[in-house]
Amino acid sequence: MTLPKALAALVLLLIAAAPFMPIGGTRQYVLHVLVQIFIWSFIAGAWSLMGRFGLVSLGHGAFLGVGAYTATLLWNAFGLTPWLGSIGAVTGAMAVALVVGYPCYLLRVVGHYFALVTLAVGEVVRLLIIAGRTWTGGSLGLTLRPAPPGASLVAVQFADRRVFYYAAIVVWLGGLYLWRRLDRSMARSALEAIGEDETAAASMGIDVTKFKLGVTALSAGLTALGGVLYAQYITYVSPETLSGIGVSLRIVFAAVLGGMYTLLGPTVGTALTIALSEYLRVTFGIRLIGMAETIYGLALILFIIFLPAGLYGGISARVRRRAAAGRPAFPRPSTQESVE
Amino acid sequence: MMDPVFLAEAALNGLLLAGVLALLALGLNLIFGVLDIVWIAYVDLVTVCMYAVYFLVTAYGWPLWMAGLGAVGVGVALGVAVHLLIISPILGSPPVNQLLATGGLLFFIQSFLTFLWTTDHRAIRLNLPIIQIGGVFVPFARLLAFSIALIAMSGLYLFLTRTYMGTAIRAVSQDREAMRLMGADPQRVYVVTSAAGGAMAGVAAALLIIQYPVHPYFGAAFGPLTFMICVLGGLGNMVGAFVASFILSEIISFGGVAISTEMGYVVAFMVFIVLMFARPGGLLTRRE
Repeated sequence: MTLPKALAALVLLLIAAAPFMPIGGTRQYVLHVLVQIFIWSFIAGAWSLMGRFGLVSLGHGAFLGVGAYTATLLWNAFGLTPWLGSIGAVTGAMAVALVVGYPCYLLRVVGHYFALVTLAVGEVVRLLIIAGRTWTGGSLGLTLRPAPPGASLVAVQFADRRVFYYAAIVVWLGGLYLWRRLDRSMARSALEAIGEDETAAASMGIDVTKFKLGVTALSAGLTALGGVLYAQYITYVSPETLSGIGVSLRIVFAAVLGGMYTLLGPTVGTALTIALSEYLRVTFGIRLIGMAETIYGLALILFIIFLPAGLYGGISARVRRRAAAGRPAFPRPSTQESVE
Repeated sequence: MMDPVFLAEAALNGLLLAGVLALLALGLNLIFGVLDIVWIAYVDLVTVCMYAVYFLVTAYGWPLWMAGLGAVGVGVALGVAVHLLIISPILGSPPVNQLLATGGLLFFIQSFLTFLWTTDHRAIRLNLPIIQIGGVFVPFARLLAFSIALIAMSGLYLFLTRTYMGTAIRAVSQDREAMRLMGADPQRVYVVTSAAGGAMAGVAAALLIIQYPVHPYFGAAFGPLTFMICVLGGLGNMVGAFVASFILSEIISFGGVAISTEMGYVVAFMVFIVLMFARPGGLLTRRE
């Protein structure tokens, strides 16, 4: 066993043992924060599947919302178990992704334009949730129907937090696995080429639309799954916590802060932002309303200004060096300029 | 069948909302469209300026026009501060970082305003006349906002196309590096444009506070729509933004009357998405 592998095994063991550690009365709270970190890390990782190839989406709240509300409504209205409901949720989110993504990619909607289209999609979903208040409860949100006695497995509602803790870890590991699979596949090279220059990639015979659609559907489906898991855990859904710009921006923040080009970047970023906002929330409590979020916003600005230069910039430079090493070795005419 | 006066009122309300949106889009279009920098918190800067007008009028008893000028001053200061403190250090990073840094600013402004003045809605009570044209009621405040938006748009257009500084701003938007090679100072252009964008936020604030009560989340209500108008009109295209705000606000107004307020917005956003597919470069794109 090599050193990094041993280290990873040790960390996983620590994570698995966390619920049984003697940390006293704060255990429930610590577990609660950890569950949130794992769920949102999984979602941020799903976002980074697209983000790292230049597909900056500001509308991932749409997929979260579609996912969480599909599963919740199916359970509340028809009593369909979320095990099956999540299939509907993922399918629904993928359908939205394809309906919006296909014309976007076919017609080359990129950059600012793509970001704004996704933003609009997020707003459409949020407003539809509010407008359908007969079923969704509008802005007030919706509480999941409690599980009938003895049917907590069918309802996917557990009183014991540890169940969700391990479920979140399994899902999170699954997300990392998929991230790694994509990272080592041919699709990654194709998508990187597309991210750098679409026209050039197309001329190399890469089916630009197909690859982009594939990664978008994957990202949307995983995000919806994360939404379902979060809804099951909190047993409450509302348009503000599961769709809309605030949530979408928080996902992007986490992914970019941690570094969206690395496997664990989104996890690190999510842990950082959630820990920070929890710390501020606990510190200020109900005194000085607004102060916690004020400091949070300020910290985000400072992180983006000072941290990416080290973390994000350093990583992207390494990626670029690796890409350069892979190129055929003929001298480039511009080498003299770069020596300064 | 709906009453024609009812429909005319909806159409007119849409037109007047268009004035508000166009006003908001002006300054953003200068920074986002022309300079290609994403200030996602732009409408929140307008919110801060609205608070400035509100307190100058209610607490210090300034006349409205003077408070408006004060708000323009606040806007200029904010614009320059945002550029120097947030944008300037990360000008070379990918656009997503600018978006996120100003996204942090958005969280900051919204919660700091909540902290200072709670989430109360604050309005300036003015006894402005309501003009009646053929059975349709037109609030004077909205008419004023609409006309000033039109004037400001023409002024901005002339500034960009007819003055030396305007030409320099457009040059920076085309190539940030080449400016330096020409011996010009891009930093000055950025600061001047940010100041102008901030001034526009002040103008918008002075005209909005007499129509809408201000609260910390005012920016959240208008922010996305303002961005969409800039993009739909074609980035940096002032006339296009005006057309775009007209289209979207008429849809919102008629949709609101026919179905519900939320569905009006839903239809408007969907039309935006479809129009982005149909005309990806904006409504009034010129072939180059």
